[in-house]
Amino acid sequence: MNRLVLAASTAIAAMGISVVTTVAATIEGDVAKQATNWPAIGMFFVFVLLTLGITKWAAAQTKSAAQFYSAGGGITGFQNGLAIAGDYMSAASFLGISGLVFTSGYDGLIFSVGWLVGWPIILFLIAERLRNLGKYTFADVASFRLEQAPIRKLSAIGTLAVVAFYLIAQMVGAGKLIQLLFGMDYGYAVIIVGALMIVYVAFGGMVATTWVQIIKAVMLLGGATVMALMVLFHFGFNPEALFRTATEIHPKGGAIMSPGGLVTDPVSAISLGLALMFGTAGLPHILMRFFTVSDAKAARKSVFYATGFIGYFYILTFIIGFGAITFLMNDPAFYKTIVSAEGVTNYDKIKDILGGTNMPAIHLAKAVLGSYFLGFISAVAFATILAVVAGLTLAGATAISHDLYASVIAKGHTDEAKEVRISKISAVIIGIVAIALGYVFETINVAFMVGLAFAVAASCNFPILLTTTFWKGTTSRGAQIGGYLGLASSVLLTIVSPGVWEATLGFEKGTALFPYSNPALFSMTIAFLGIWLGSVTDKSKTATREKAGYDAQYVRSETGIGAAGAVSH
Amino acid sequence: MAQSPTERISQNPHFRELVSKRSRFAWTLTLCMLAVYFGFILLVAFGKGFLGTPIGSGVTTIGIPIGIAVIVSAFLLTGIYVRRANTEFDALTEKIKKEAVK
Repeated sequence: MNRLVLAASTAIAAMGISVVTTVAATIEGDVAKQATNWPAIGMFFVFVLLTLGITKWAAAQTKSAAQFYSAGGGITGFQNGLAIAGDYMSAASFLGISGLVFTSGYDGLIFSVGWLVGWPIILFLIAERLRNLGKYTFADVASFRLEQAPIRKLSAIGTLAVVAFYLIAQMVGAGKLIQLLFGMDYGYAVIIVGALMIVYVAFGGMVATTWVQIIKAVMLLGGATVMALMVLFHFGFNPEALFRTATEIHPKGGAIMSPGGLVTDPVSAISLGLALMFGTAGLPHILMRFFTVSDAKAARKSVFYATGFIGYFYILTFIIGFGAITFLMNDPAFYKTIVSAEGVTNYDKIKDILGGTNMPAIHLAKAVLGSYFLGFISAVAFATILAVVAGLTLAGATAISHDLYASVIAKGHTDEAKEVRISKISAVIIGIVAIALGYVFETINVAFMVGLAFAVAASCNFPILLTTTFWKGTTSRGAQIGGYLGLASSVLLTIVSPGVWEATLGFEKGTALFPYSNPALFSMTIAFLGIWLGSVTDKSKTATREKAGYDAQYVRSETGIGAAGAVSH
Repeated sequence: MAQSPTERISQNPHFRELVSKRSRFAWTLTLCMLAVYFGFILLVAFGKGFLGTPIGSGVTTIGIPIGIAVIVSAFLLTGIYVRRANTEFDALTEKIKKEAVK
């Protein structure tokens, strides 16, 4: 095992060298990039070496299935809170939300609120019951008293759909971001991300994945705190002074202090709100994190810490976005500039920012603390992507081995070692598929993919989980009818929504069959109705048995009596 | 016929107390969060002018503290739940566990 990790790290290092030469080659042509790129690459390599070291250590202690899937339940509530935050705060939320604040001001705050409010729901309704009933995947919970094979198949399909859509968004984002930050080829960037996530997951399992997420969370929270403090320090810790300067500099003026064009259609806004709120409670890689702690109490604490970290982070991104307005908009060094015949430099303060509107946070790092800090923040952005994709890959691999292989294909006749081996192979395959998808989707606008991932999670995984734990009447037939309808409707309605039908597929404006930007309001309703109708009309013997099994499940889900505890190392 | 462990626990008054108190509390907090968030979204959709009202003579609008308050409320609600769960609900669960092995 160790030898394998070594071989893999050598392979990564070799790839790294070729990347460095590629970067060097680009630097010859573009000298301006040199100063900013090397610190970033240096710090990124420190991060990679550190995480590979941890992977090696994790691989040495990952001997059982429990270790591989759930770190043996030995993670503390505080550590898990950090890891959840690390799993959830993506580069899209760091760069995207601060970029949205930069371009539109207040709208960025509206958007970030939506990403946070799902967490209390997870705590109140899901976390403790999940920990009490499950072992490695949320399918353990959904299939607790229902038919094992069909329910696990449904859960695994829901999981893999979410993982695929989320991974595509992350891979394409990663490729483009790394291209910008390090001057590296898109293709190399995608391969490096894919290779590293394979190594973390296949060798280090949940232990390595958890620590990658914890390190990333600390780096991201630390880096963002420093940036926000530098901005506030500049304005004497007076937010009013910051906002005043921002409104004076920003082309939209005072409009950046109130809601703009983000919420134009209340139905779309509510639909997106539902997707974010309940989708968070159906994300397989997030749900999986609750099995890494010892009991329901630790699961509960981890959500409390995670909500605190994530909420704090969104407040920071708001300050960072406003800081970027004040520090960058009057400085032509951060813009593609056109110098007119009269010697006047001219640029659009929003559109012409170097690298596009996802870059203000990165540029701000340089503006407040110089090139080395820019390097650090770039490395943080890369680390952020790696932690998220590693979590997704592990969730996907576990769904394949623990749910599809062990229960559906082998029908329970398998052993732990074989299951873990299948999981590792699955991680490698998912990594390769992710690299391929990264290539395929390079030139396609994938902005809708994250919304789609949340819509599927809210319309398939969440309804199954909620009804099987809270409603005695749920039967296998009902869960399947509602789950598959929720999955199909969320995907189909997204395809025929304006964002995909017109913006991505290029059909004529006004031809989209579904007028709203997110399907969750409708697809969630369809899913819950499907589960209810499919269950109440189910008069089979299986249904009677499943309803009879609810009381025992209920006692365990509420008290934890009989739940799988932490295994000793 | 002897009772099964499930039946015994289900009929334990402490168990009934735990599940009724906890589920009422959890669903109440869930409704609070839904009301706060969707209230905020509706305010954004229909009360743009209100959220854009400057506070005093400054440029800071009333929407800024309201938005931050929604973020803070999510954290506070989790804190309120965890506090009661760590004390009251965990104590009840312990009692149920002890009585279950008798």
